Amino acid sequence: MIPAAFDYYRPKDVEGVIALLQEHGDDARVLAGGHSLIPMMKLRMAEVPHLIDLQDIAALKGITIDQDTITIGAMVSQHELINHDGLSAAAPILREAALQIADPQVRYMGTVGGNIANGDPGNDMPGLMQCLDAQINLLGPDGSRTVAARDYYEAAYMTDREDDEILISVVFTAPVGGFAYEKQKRKIGDYATAAAAVQIAKVDGKVASASIAMTNLSDVPVWSQGAADELAGSVCETATLKAAVAAMLGDIDPTEDNRGPVAFKRHVAGIILTRAITRAWDRA
Amino acid sequence: MSDKMHIKLNVNGEDHEFLAEPRDLLIYTLREKLNITGPHVGCDTSHCGACTVTLNGKSVKSCTMFVAQANGAEITTIEGIGQPDALHVLQESFREHHGLQCGFCTPGMITRATKLLEEIPNPTEKEVRFGMAGNICRCTGYQNIVKSILAAASELNAAQEAAE
Amino acid sequence: MNDMTPEREERSANLKGLGCSRKRVEDARFTQGKGNYVDDVKMPGMLHGDFVRSPYAHARVISINKDAALALDGVVAVLTAEDLAPLNLHWMPTLAGDKQMVLADGKVLFQGQEVAFVVARDRYVAADAVELVEVEYEELPVITDPFESLKSDVVLREDLAGQTTGPHGPRKHHNHIFTWEQGDVKATNQVLDNAEVVAEESMYYHRTHPCPLETCGCVASMDKVNGKLTLWGTFQAPHVVRTVASMLSGIEEHNIRVISPDIGGGFGNKVGVYPGYICSIVASIVTGVPVKWVEDRMENLMATAFARDYWMTGKIAATKEGKITGLHCQVTADHGGFDACADPTKFPAGFMNICTGSYDIPVAYLGVDGVYTNKAPGGVSYRCSFRVTEAVYFIERMIEVLAIELNMDAAELRRINFIKKEQFPYQSALGWEYDSGDYHTAWDKALKTVDYEGLRKEQAEQVAAFKRGETRTLMGIGLSFFTEIVGAGPVKNCDILGMGMFDSCEIRIHPTGSAVARLGTISQGQGHATTFAQILASEIGLSADSITIEEGDTDTAPYGLGTYGSRSTPVAGAAAAMAGRKIRAKAQMIAAYLLEVHDDDVEFDVDRFVVKGVPERFKTMKDIAYAAYNQAIPGLEPGLEAVSYYDPPNMTYPFGAYVCVMDIDVDTGVPEIRRFYALDDCGTRINPMIIEGQVHGGLTEALAVALGQEIAYDKMGNVKTATLMDFFLPTAWEVPNFETDHTVTPSPHHPIGAKGVGESPHVGGVPCFSNAVQDAFRPFGLRHTNMPHDHWRIWQTANDLGLHE
Repeated sequence: MIPAAFDYYRPKDVEGVIALLQEHGDDARVLAGGHSLIPMMKLRMAEVPHLIDLQDIAALKGITIDQDTITIGAMVSQHELINHDGLSAAAPILREAALQIADPQVRYMGTVGGNIANGDPGNDMPGLMQCLDAQINLLGPDGSRTVAARDYYEAAYMTDREDDEILISVVFTAPVGGFAYEKQKRKIGDYATAAAAVQIAKVDGKVASASIAMTNLSDVPVWSQGAADELAGSVCETATLKAAVAAMLGDIDPTEDNRGPVAFKRHVAGIILTRAITRAWDRA
Repeated sequence: MSDKMHIKLNVNGEDHEFLAEPRDLLIYTLREKLNITGPHVGCDTSHCGACTVTLNGKSVKSCTMFVAQANGAEITTIEGIGQPDALHVLQESFREHHGLQCGFCTPGMITRATKLLEEIPNPTEKEVRFGMAGNICRCTGYQNIVKSILAAASELNAAQEAAE
Repeated sequence: MNDMTPEREERSANLKGLGCSRKRVEDARFTQGKGNYVDDVKMPGMLHGDFVRSPYAHARVISINKDAALALDGVVAVLTAEDLAPLNLHWMPTLAGDKQMVLADGKVLFQGQEVAFVVARDRYVAADAVELVEVEYEELPVITDPFESLKSDVVLREDLAGQTTGPHGPRKHHNHIFTWEQGDVKATNQVLDNAEVVAEESMYYHRTHPCPLETCGCVASMDKVNGKLTLWGTFQAPHVVRTVASMLSGIEEHNIRVISPDIGGGFGNKVGVYPGYICSIVASIVTGVPVKWVEDRMENLMATAFARDYWMTGKIAATKEGKITGLHCQVTADHGGFDACADPTKFPAGFMNICTGSYDIPVAYLGVDGVYTNKAPGGVSYRCSFRVTEAVYFIERMIEVLAIELNMDAAELRRINFIKKEQFPYQSALGWEYDSGDYHTAWDKALKTVDYEGLRKEQAEQVAAFKRGETRTLMGIGLSFFTEIVGAGPVKNCDILGMGMFDSCEIRIHPTGSAVARLGTISQGQGHATTFAQILASEIGLSADSITIEEGDTDTAPYGLGTYGSRSTPVAGAAAAMAGRKIRAKAQMIAAYLLEVHDDDVEFDVDRFVVKGVPERFKTMKDIAYAAYNQAIPGLEPGLEAVSYYDPPNMTYPFGAYVCVMDIDVDTGVPEIRRFYALDDCGTRINPMIIEGQVHGGLTEALAVALGQEIAYDKMGNVKTATLMDFFLPTAWEVPNFETDHTVTPSPHHPIGAKGVGESPHVGGVPCFSNAVQDAFRPFGLRHTNMPHDHWRIWQTANDLGLHE
């Protein structure tokens, strides 16, 4: 498998990236870890005459934890994310989720930004970012702007990001309470059959607030306000779990693929979500 | 064809400079331009790990990296891990515990294992299985690969303790 | 003389012969990245070939325009069927007696079929040129179902129009290939009609692919000065490739040298002859420089030989007590667009007629219909002897179904039907003579080791707990007892393209007492260089460390039929032993001369000949080797060499008893293997370490096939599983540890009693994993469900049984 030829750029700063994107429009793509884009290029399913490698841009790197505000640069790899002690303490769901992405080598290259930016329904970070109510910082020719992860995804591979914008970082408030990232997949390296990100805050023995999102069960990640509402004020007893699952099943819209038919996916979605909520509640 | 780039790589301690198309895949650059044929192509889509090398301290799949991305990097392949008269403990251990059969996955497997033992010097069996899950072997069923890596870890740790 | 004194024991151990877990000599190069696989072959001026492939499963090729591709800098040639036709190389014979298009001749019959071959300066330019070849297609109706195919008006193989007879007899329909019948249909039907109990079941053994980690490829180099063609490639049968290449190209066989370098796994995928080989040869002849072609993973999965794809219907008759009285098996075999099975010529369905399994079944019938569809050609044996996995899966499922019908324990049902030890050699109802076996001993050992009764008790408790709503996990106990048929085979009934399936070994002893031996087989990871030296060490009394084994170069190795179907040890291993004995016979005469006694007065003793009764008077094999070259020995030619071409009198019949304990999450369909016990009996054990490694590997491939690995097509004939994202190759994370065990029942007809083992674990493993899944649901009324048992299909089974309500 051999990709078509392209021109390669490795700008040193974001301004350089924006300039290239403006110059080449649709013909240019940015390259982060490359583990989604390069296979597509090798299969000649993605044609990229101008490839802009982001690896030298310092502004896209690093994890900062300022009080309870966490900022993760777009070029932070899954590997760095997993091995960042501060982050593992402040938002342990990230580590739990990242360990379930791909395999060790891919995690060395795969980035948070790449995972979030593409709008690939199979990626894990988008649902997770919705669960954490992250804000996505974009930079374009007209300056920077922020979009809520919950508003970012429009359809498969279609996002709020303009072609001449790049994702700079994600920012979210350190979650409190219990968490769980639960994922069913066929094997290491596979996308989710169903995956659930759950955060539950507990006050006085009851759910004070919850946030629930699922992955690969629609053409976009599914954050379910309804499911969270069902949990609020409860002690996550069986009936509540059922109600939360029912709410989520009302929001997802899986399609059949090699992982199985729709009925199976809907069923597994319910099971995975139940397990995730139970685990998060136990940890809350 | 796009313009060729001036590429510098340090592979197994040796500097190389050459012209290459940006799209040249790192794996073919190593294999065909530099005649470093230890890493192999197994799947083309970053699933099998036969092409694994260590690049700037990271385990990476060189079939899913353009040479342009690797420009300036320090790379270690299986050829740089041990020498015929001074094999790496893992190389000895794979032989001792029958951790290979056809040998096609072995360079990527051992290269990844060297890094794994840096990440986790004293891994459990589960950690070995999880840490090696980016490398597919079609012959061994992994049982003896896991055994080889665990034995190598013990040996390296014993040597480390003895040295201290 | 045979007392094992410590001194003799030490000498014996120094040989590293039979039974020793000798470390592999291959490993030094592989662990240092110094293997030499086909894609490592690099020659000055070498060009690269790449295919234009059909995006459609069935289409007419209206036109091919090469102009844009040829105009690209670095493109040397673009070959199409039109270019190959004058050489009569646009079609090639298949090993199954059919023919196959090398490049699309007017139409394409499967997605990924080779349409044009681009030859260019490097792989990048070749890939670019592939994109520039413009092919106009007219889509035709696609047939992916063999039953539909037999009813369809659509003629898939227009080249065969009007041919009502094929290489294997009459064709019933224009999409029908052959009917192959074995056994006595009348007597079988009679037994079925009058039986106390008949269990009937239909099952589909899905299409899958051997998928070795190294794909297929070759380098062809035509030396126009010397008129010699050298071909390096991923060939499991290099000598046969040489013969075929000679027949097709018209180049005399002595002017063709075929080399199989290191091979990165084969598992049956590298037995066949592929269009890439032919095109590379032609391209090298045309251009006069070496041409390399190595397929990528998608091409490998889409176009080179698949395995299985058998639709099997069985009827099994028994008494109320469970004694089996008859078996009927009807198969519809989907071969894809061309019948490119790799079977011995007279066996279009391989050895499917081993489907009576390990059981004493008095009467049986097997009928197989081969059918064309718009899928990739093939039907190779993926880590098994010819169609033996299908046969063993069939009978091991039928036994389970019969046990359900009889409401009996499946382990007990097996026990009462096993062929008894004293019945060997055993004549099966479908025509085979099983050489040796002791099934009851193996079965009892296996069941005892795993505490079968205890497992059943635990399972019953688990079912009760499940019914009480206390757990959502079910426990399955998978059983399988298999008998393989390997080591093809006697030349009288087994050949490949007319070449008898013997094998060979040639040994040269060097003056200083080391040796080189060459064989007609080729290792793809089995460790021949290690194990064949062990066989020879025990035969000729030189240390295995002093014996170099070479294979895979047709200029140096004696003719052999290659490595597949677990035939290396049974056939080439036997040839090695026989050649060793020829060496020993001559060595005996030399020793007698040196010791100044009569030939009959010396006897072999581990590594030497000793004067009978006077053990201190001896000549070591090293002494003898030296003498063979430095002394004139009356009546003997100088030198010490031997060659043996071994035609086995029979196949060998390895067997084994496997048990799998599996926990199944009913809600997600996720299975977890708690325990897997494998007892193998491969006769004499040459290298226990390597046997164990083969068992681990074969079981892992069995796990993959049973639990998810498939080549799936949609209705348009598109391959849905063409990358390793979807084609299931398990990682270390998904694979359990396996427990291995053995009994030893030597083959009575093999020189050292060895039977072969590489494929047993796959053959026995697939039904064992499958039976574990099915057994978990037996208490809830499941009779049979098809593989692969991936998550959703297991979930579907549970759902169909009402377990999600």
